[in-house]
Amino acid sequence: MMTTQRPGTKGLIFNEPNVWDKSREGRCAVSLPKPDVARAPLDASLTGDAPDLPQLSELDVVRHYTRLSQWNFGVDSGMYPLGSCTMKYNPKTNEIQAARQGFAGAHPLAGDDCSQGALRLMYDLEQYLAEITGFDAVSLQPAAGAHGELAGMLIIHAYHAKQGRQRSKILIPDTAHGTNPASATLCGYKSVNLKSGPKGILEPEAVAAIMDEDTAGIMITNPNTLGLFEEHIKEICEIVHAKGGLVYGDGANMNAIMGVVKPGKVGIDVLHLNLHKTFSTPHGGGGPGSGPVAVTRELMPFLPVPRVEKDLDTFKFVADCPDSIGRLHTFYGHFGVMVKAYAYILTMGAQGLLDVSRLAVLNANYIKESLKHTLNLPYDRPCMHECVFNDANQQSHHITTMDMAKRLLDYGFHPPTVYFPLVVDGSFMVEPTETESKEDIDQFIDAVKAIAKEAETDPEKLTRAPVLPKVTRLDEVAAARKPCLRG
Amino acid sequence: MFMRYLPHTQEDIRNMLAVAGCSSLDDLFKTIPDAVKVKDGMDLPEPLSEWELNEHMENLASQNIACKGYTCLIGAGSYDHYIPAIIPYLVSRSEFATAYTPYQPEVSQGTLQGIYEFQTMVTDLLGMDIATASHYDCGTALAECALIALRKNRKADKIAVSDLVHPSHRQVIDTYLKPAGYEMVRVPHTKDGLTDIAALEAMDGIAGVAVQSPNFFGHIEDLAGFKKMADDKKCLFITSFTEALAWGLLKKPGSFGADLVAGEGQSLGITKSFGGPGLGLLAGTSKLMRDLPGRLVGRTKDANGQDGYVLTLSTREQHIRREKASSNICSNNGLNAMTAAMYLSTIGKIGIREIAQLNHDKAVYLKSVLTDAGFEPVFDPPFFNEFVMKAPKDFKQKRTDLINRHCLFAGLDLAPYYPELTDHYLFCATEKVSKQQMDQLAKEVA
Amino acid sequence: MKEINELNLPEDVKYTKDHEWAKAEGDTVTIGINDYAQDQLGEIVFVEMPAVGDSFSAEDEFGSVESVKAVSEMYMPISGEILAVNEDLEDAPEKVNEDCYQSGWIVKVKASDLSEMDALMDKAAYLEMLKG
Repeated sequence: MMTTQRPGTKGLIFNEPNVWDKSREGRCAVSLPKPDVARAPLDASLTGDAPDLPQLSELDVVRHYTRLSQWNFGVDSGMYPLGSCTMKYNPKTNEIQAARQGFAGAHPLAGDDCSQGALRLMYDLEQYLAEITGFDAVSLQPAAGAHGELAGMLIIHAYHAKQGRQRSKILIPDTAHGTNPASATLCGYKSVNLKSGPKGILEPEAVAAIMDEDTAGIMITNPNTLGLFEEHIKEICEIVHAKGGLVYGDGANMNAIMGVVKPGKVGIDVLHLNLHKTFSTPHGGGGPGSGPVAVTRELMPFLPVPRVEKDLDTFKFVADCPDSIGRLHTFYGHFGVMVKAYAYILTMGAQGLLDVSRLAVLNANYIKESLKHTLNLPYDRPCMHECVFNDANQQSHHITTMDMAKRLLDYGFHPPTVYFPLVVDGSFMVEPTETESKEDIDQFIDAVKAIAKEAETDPEKLTRAPVLPKVTRLDEVAAARKPCLRG
Repeated sequence: MFMRYLPHTQEDIRNMLAVAGCSSLDDLFKTIPDAVKVKDGMDLPEPLSEWELNEHMENLASQNIACKGYTCLIGAGSYDHYIPAIIPYLVSRSEFATAYTPYQPEVSQGTLQGIYEFQTMVTDLLGMDIATASHYDCGTALAECALIALRKNRKADKIAVSDLVHPSHRQVIDTYLKPAGYEMVRVPHTKDGLTDIAALEAMDGIAGVAVQSPNFFGHIEDLAGFKKMADDKKCLFITSFTEALAWGLLKKPGSFGADLVAGEGQSLGITKSFGGPGLGLLAGTSKLMRDLPGRLVGRTKDANGQDGYVLTLSTREQHIRREKASSNICSNNGLNAMTAAMYLSTIGKIGIREIAQLNHDKAVYLKSVLTDAGFEPVFDPPFFNEFVMKAPKDFKQKRTDLINRHCLFAGLDLAPYYPELTDHYLFCATEKVSKQQMDQLAKEVA
Repeated sequence: MKEINELNLPEDVKYTKDHEWAKAEGDTVTIGINDYAQDQLGEIVFVEMPAVGDSFSAEDEFGSVESVKAVSEMYMPISGEILAVNEDLEDAPEKVNEDCYQSGWIVKVKASDLSEMDALMDKAAYLEMLKG
C-alpha cells in the first residue's frame, strides 16, 4: 500500500497572552442594551466593586479565541484514536438541530403544555435507547457517564434497601474504568477487586468464588477495556443473580455492539450510556456529555425523577414516584446534548447503527493485525472496537509508551489512550471508530511503524518529542508541587 | 445505500477483512456466543436524509413555545439573557468542540489556557481563591460541597441547608447524601422571605451550613451573619447562587469569608436549552484546594522554558484515586466553561456592571408596575433580578391567556414548591425585557 | 526505576511491609518512606501528614504521599502519638525523593510500646521480602 505524506507538518501559530494581559481600561466588547427604565440604585452596603474582568474590544476577543483554538487538536483536525473515548466524527447537522430556537430558547419551567416538542423528543429518545440496548426504560437525566454510573449504583442501592437488606460490597474487575469504584464508594459500597483471567476476560469461577449474599452486585464493562468481549457474560449474570445481586453494565463501549448484542437481554439489570461517545455528540474539550441510564422493568420504580410519560398523544413530566432515587440534576439533564443524539439516531437508523458497530470493529481488528508485529500485543485474540498494545518491544531501547505517544503528535495524530487499562503495563489503547477511512488508518499504521523504527535507530527523536506543537512536554511535577491555578 | 459518515467502500471492506483474517463482517464477532447475539434487529425509524431531518426537527421545535420568540419573565435557575453573536461563533470552532479532555496537553493548549482563564475569571467574579474547571450544574456542585464539609468534619453527619436554596438543588443534595448515611437538615425561612438564622443557631452537630444568596425568592441574605454563625459552630460556610450576573453588582461571596461557593453559570452566554447543559461553578479557599472535586488547570513551563498549561492535582481524581476518590466526576461541562470565559471576556468589567444594573432596574420596574396593577408585594428585603408577588384572584386565567395570545410567561407559580404560598408568583426581569412589554403585561393583568 | 541491588537501605533502621522505615532514639521513633517507595512513586509532589497530637495504633493509616501519577497511603509501623511532623515537606516535598532517611523524614512519634519495633524487619529480611 502506497504511503502518503504524514499529516503532521510545521506551520505558523501565534503566541497569545492571557486575556487579561490584553485588557485596556475603557474597552468593552458587548453591545450594551439601552436602558428604558429608571436607574434603581441598591443600598451601598449590598453592592461591591465590579469584578476585575478584562476590558477588550470585540476583535480582541475574536482573535484571542481564534488563536487559542489553533493550538488545539480535535476530531476535525485528524485521527483521534483514544481508546475508551469513541472519538467519532461529530455531525454538524446535529449542532443545527440543537441550536433551533424552539430547543435552545426553551425554559425548563414553561410548563408541559408549552414544551411538547422537548418532551416528545425526550420520550422518543428514551424509547430508541431502550430498543438499542434491550432494556425496558431509560432516564436521560444523568449529565455524564460518571453521573449515569452514580445513578446506576443508587438504583442498586435503593433496590437492596427495598428488599429490606442492604449489602456492603460491589465486585469490580481489574479492567474497570476509575469512575466505577469511585461511584460505588459514593453509595457507601466497598469495592472488591476481581481479577480477569489469562484470556483477558472474566472467568465465571472467579466470580462464583467471591459472590455472596453481602455483595450488592457486580460492575461489568462489555466489551471490556482491553477491547475484548466478555464471553461468559450470561453465566456471570446468572451467578450474581443467584445470590440476589444485580449486574451493572458500564456502556461506555457500546459502539462495538449496536445491533449485535443487547445488554438488557443477556442479564444486565442496569446500564449507562455515553451520548458523547457512541451517539456522536461532541466532547467539547471535556464536556458537556450525557449519561442516560437504562433499566429492566423490575428496576423502573427506582429511576430518577421526573420521568417523561405519554398520555394518548401528549407528554408530561411525572414526579410522583415514591421509590425513585430522587433527582440528580437541577432540571431534566443535558437536553441540548440529547437533541444531538436523537438527530444522530434518526440519521443512522437501525441498519446504520449496526454498520457503525461492524465497521468500528473492522477498523480496530485491521489495526491490530497490521501493528502486532511492531508493537507488543498482550492478548492476540479477535478484538472489538479497540485493541491494546504496550511498549514491551521498545523497552530494550529505553523507549516508553509515553515517548511513542508524544512522537505521534509530530506525525499529526492524536495519540491513543496511554497507561490505561492498568492491567497492562505501559498500555497503548487504540480505538479508531468507524468514521476513519482506510487511508487515514493506513497513515496512522505507517506512522506507528516509522516511530518504532526511530525507537531503534534514533530514539532521541522520541524522547525529545513533540517538537511541532506549540509547547513540548510540560513539567507536571512543578504544576503539582506549586499549583498555580489562576492568573 | 450511501451513508456519509461511513467512508468504507466495498473494496475497502474486502481488503481490510483480508488483513483482519475474517471472511465477512459478521465473522468479526465470532467470539460472541450465539446465545447472546441479537436475532431480531433493532426497531427504529427509517433513517432520514439531512433535509428530512431538518423538516422533522423544525416541526418538533415548533411544538415548543420558545420558537415564537417569547417573553420570559421566569427565572428560578434558568435565565433569559442576550448572547452576543461572537459567542456561538467562537465556541463552535471545531478545535474546541471536537477535542477531548486535555490529557495530551501539548496539543490542547487552546482548551487548557481557555479553562485556566475561566478559572481565573470565576475567582474574580466570586472573590474566592480557587475555582474548578466546572461541574454539571449548581445542584450537583452544591451536593459536592456538602460532601466536602461532611468529610472534613468526621464528627458531624448533618448539613444544614436553607429552605430558600432552590428546591431542585435541595433534592439533588438529598439524593447524594442519603446512601452515604448523611442527613440534610432544613433551615426554615422567616415571614420576611429570608433564611431563619435563629433556627440555625439552635442546631448542633452540623458539618456545614448552606445558604443561597440571592435566594430562591430573589432576596439578598445576610451572608456575614451566617459566616459568623458557621465560625461559632466550627463548621464550613457554603453559599450558592443561580444568577451569576448578580456579582456584577452585589458584594461577592468571597468577601464574606465563604469556604465554598457553588453556582449556576448558565447566565454567562449559555442558552437555556430546556434546562441543560448549564454550567456548575465550584470555588473554594486555598485551604480546601486538595478537597475540591473535578479537574483543575495549572500553569507550568515546558522543557524549553515556555509557559504552558496542564491538568494538575490529578491524584484527587477518580482515574488515580479510584475507590478513594472524593468524587467520581470525569467529564465536566468544559465547552460551557469556555463559553462562559468568552462571555465574561466579551462583556468585561464595564459590561457586567451595566448588565447587572439593568437587570436590577428592570426587576424594580416590573415590581412597581405589577404593584400598580393590583399585585401585592409580599416581602420587603432587597432583591436582585427576581421577586415574589401575590397575584389578584383572576390572575391564573389571565396568565394562561398571556401565554396563548402573547407568548408571555408571567412568573412562576410558587405553590408547588411552597404549599403555603398559594397565588404567589416568582417573577424575573432581565435586560431582555423592554419597558413596553412590562407596561403591556401590567395593562393585561390589571 | 532502580534494581533491587541499587536500593539504598541503611542497616540502622527497621523496615515495614508497606515500605516505611522506622528508627528509635529513646522512646521517640522517626518514620519515613524508604528508598524503594520513593523510587516507585517517582517525583513526589505532596505529603499529607497528620496533626501533632494525633494518636494511632500500629498499621493505622496516618497519611499519604503523592506523585503526579499515584498516591500511596502510609501506615504506622508502631503505635503512638505524633510529636512532630516535617514541616519542610510542605514547601519541598522533593526532600523525600532526595534524602528519604534524613531530611526527608515524615513524622516523629512517641511510642506507646517500644517492643513493637521488634516485630519490624531488618534490612536482610526486607530485602528477602522484596525479592520474593
